[in-house]
Amino acid sequence: MTVMENISALNTPLLQVDGLTKRYGARIGCADVSFDLWPGEVLGIVGESGSGKSTLLSCLAGHQTPDLGRVRYEDRDVLAMAETERRRLSRTDWAYVHQNPRDWLRMGVSAGGNVGERLMAIGGRHYGQIRETATDWLGRVEIASDRIDDRPSAFSGGMQQRLQIARNLVTSPRLVFMDEPTGGLDVSVQARLLDLLRGLVRDLGLSVIIVTHDLAVVRLLAHRLMVMKSGRVVEQGLTDQVLDDPQHAYTQLLVSSVLQV
Amino acid sequence: MTDQSYNFAYLDEQTKRMIRRAILKGIAVPGYQVPFASREMPMPYGWGTGGVQVTAACLVPEDRLKVIDQGADDTTNAVSIRKFFARTAGVATTERTDEATVIQTRHRIPETPLTPDQILVYQVPIPEPLRFLEPRESETRKMHELEEYGLMHVKLYEDIARHGQIATSYAYPVRVEGRYVMDPSPIPKFDNPKLSGCPAIQLFGAGREQRIYALPPWTEVVSLDFDDHPFEASKAAHDCDLCGAGHSYLDEVITDDQGTRMFVCSDTDFCAGRREAGHQGRLWASQPEAAE
Repeated sequence: MTVMENISALNTPLLQVDGLTKRYGARIGCADVSFDLWPGEVLGIVGESGSGKSTLLSCLAGHQTPDLGRVRYEDRDVLAMAETERRRLSRTDWAYVHQNPRDWLRMGVSAGGNVGERLMAIGGRHYGQIRETATDWLGRVEIASDRIDDRPSAFSGGMQQRLQIARNLVTSPRLVFMDEPTGGLDVSVQARLLDLLRGLVRDLGLSVIIVTHDLAVVRLLAHRLMVMKSGRVVEQGLTDQVLDDPQHAYTQLLVSSVLQV
Repeated sequence: MTDQSYNFAYLDEQTKRMIRRAILKGIAVPGYQVPFASREMPMPYGWGTGGVQVTAACLVPEDRLKVIDQGADDTTNAVSIRKFFARTAGVATTERTDEATVIQTRHRIPETPLTPDQILVYQVPIPEPLRFLEPRESETRKMHELEEYGLMHVKLYEDIARHGQIATSYAYPVRVEGRYVMDPSPIPKFDNPKLSGCPAIQLFGAGREQRIYALPPWTEVVSLDFDDHPFEASKAAHDCDLCGAGHSYLDEVITDDQGTRMFVCSDTDFCAGRREAGHQGRLWASQPEAAE
């Protein structure tokens, strides 16, 4: 299914965020953030360190509880959900790709086991099928199938990140949260990873919220862009529009700070 | 110090009361690990401090106690715990499974079927089946709470990926009444089927980890497995060399420097009982004194 078909097939937003606020004591994590995410859409969130991007993302994914506001996923209130249901959602319909794969992979478990974990968590009980799916997914993220029984500790950083992506996407989620997926990788590996992500997003019709401080990443992946500063959204719009014709002073600064090679 | 300076069964009544409450809770929620205030016992951790406390809380003067260690009645652990209770509780002791009312065991379930008037007490080193996969106690508790047991299958997956079969041969994880995943203590997986539908009360005590859990009689206990790699209660492919039993769990014993070996029942009482009944194994028939 293409992105356009997906969008026309569903007339309601996948994720609705309304007035989301998270405070750390007197400080603001993020304040009054509202947006709709439509099926098949990729939303980029950019901003400098400490601008509240990651706070926002972890609030959306239910890792932190916001102080104010509403998050609705397919007309279900995420914040009012029982934890069982939210965790089930985060194993099936959602995925979360973290910046540092080493913290989120099971380093003592083989690559196949890492990919298969979500399948087993939702009731997969057939070894042959789990292994087949794992092999298939390793192939999709360009990891050779003979590495399936190797542990992630034997993988390079780029491979670990791709393994993390495979591990997350194996249950065919609809909504993917990505927190700096290319952070800590060198540029050529970044480029391949971005290429891979773009292909996966298009092929699977994923909705993605991607947090990054790298404008090149959002330029390649995101349809829409939100710029955050000091916990607030200062500008949002189509990616090309925001990057090519920035209105807010901070966005102008951000865009002009990119090194032109 | 005289023996009279101990309360009956060593522990004071308040401590026994606390342990009994934990046991009752454990029986009410089969497979759930109940925290309890484990006491220091006059033996090192790892020697059955948890089991001893549970036994002490269960014993009444009319009880007849049997203690087994890896199936044997005459090994250090079994002998010292049996003496301990003979001295501090003055209860009768026995080596016969069918005569005992309370059986404390380390790493085996007796071959002789248990009866409804018996209590089987297990010594447990690490009660948390998810521990080696997830080191955080807060997280494993949450996983039990939310029934997130996918990780347990990751362990079995790793076994098959690495060894071509489920290589876990003891402490094989089980699911109790379709709810809690439980570590059955390091019993061989040969014994796992005996956990299910057992008429006796089964109590598990972990002293160092301060947990008690239980299986009430006739509880359904299922060993975890994959559809295409089903659970198999494995044992050595031999008969007992002393009593000839082909259906009991066997120990392999090296008998000389040339690598000669024999297989004997790990349950000594079961083996002796069969020999008394006239059964003879390969080595018993030829030279009974050598096997003694």
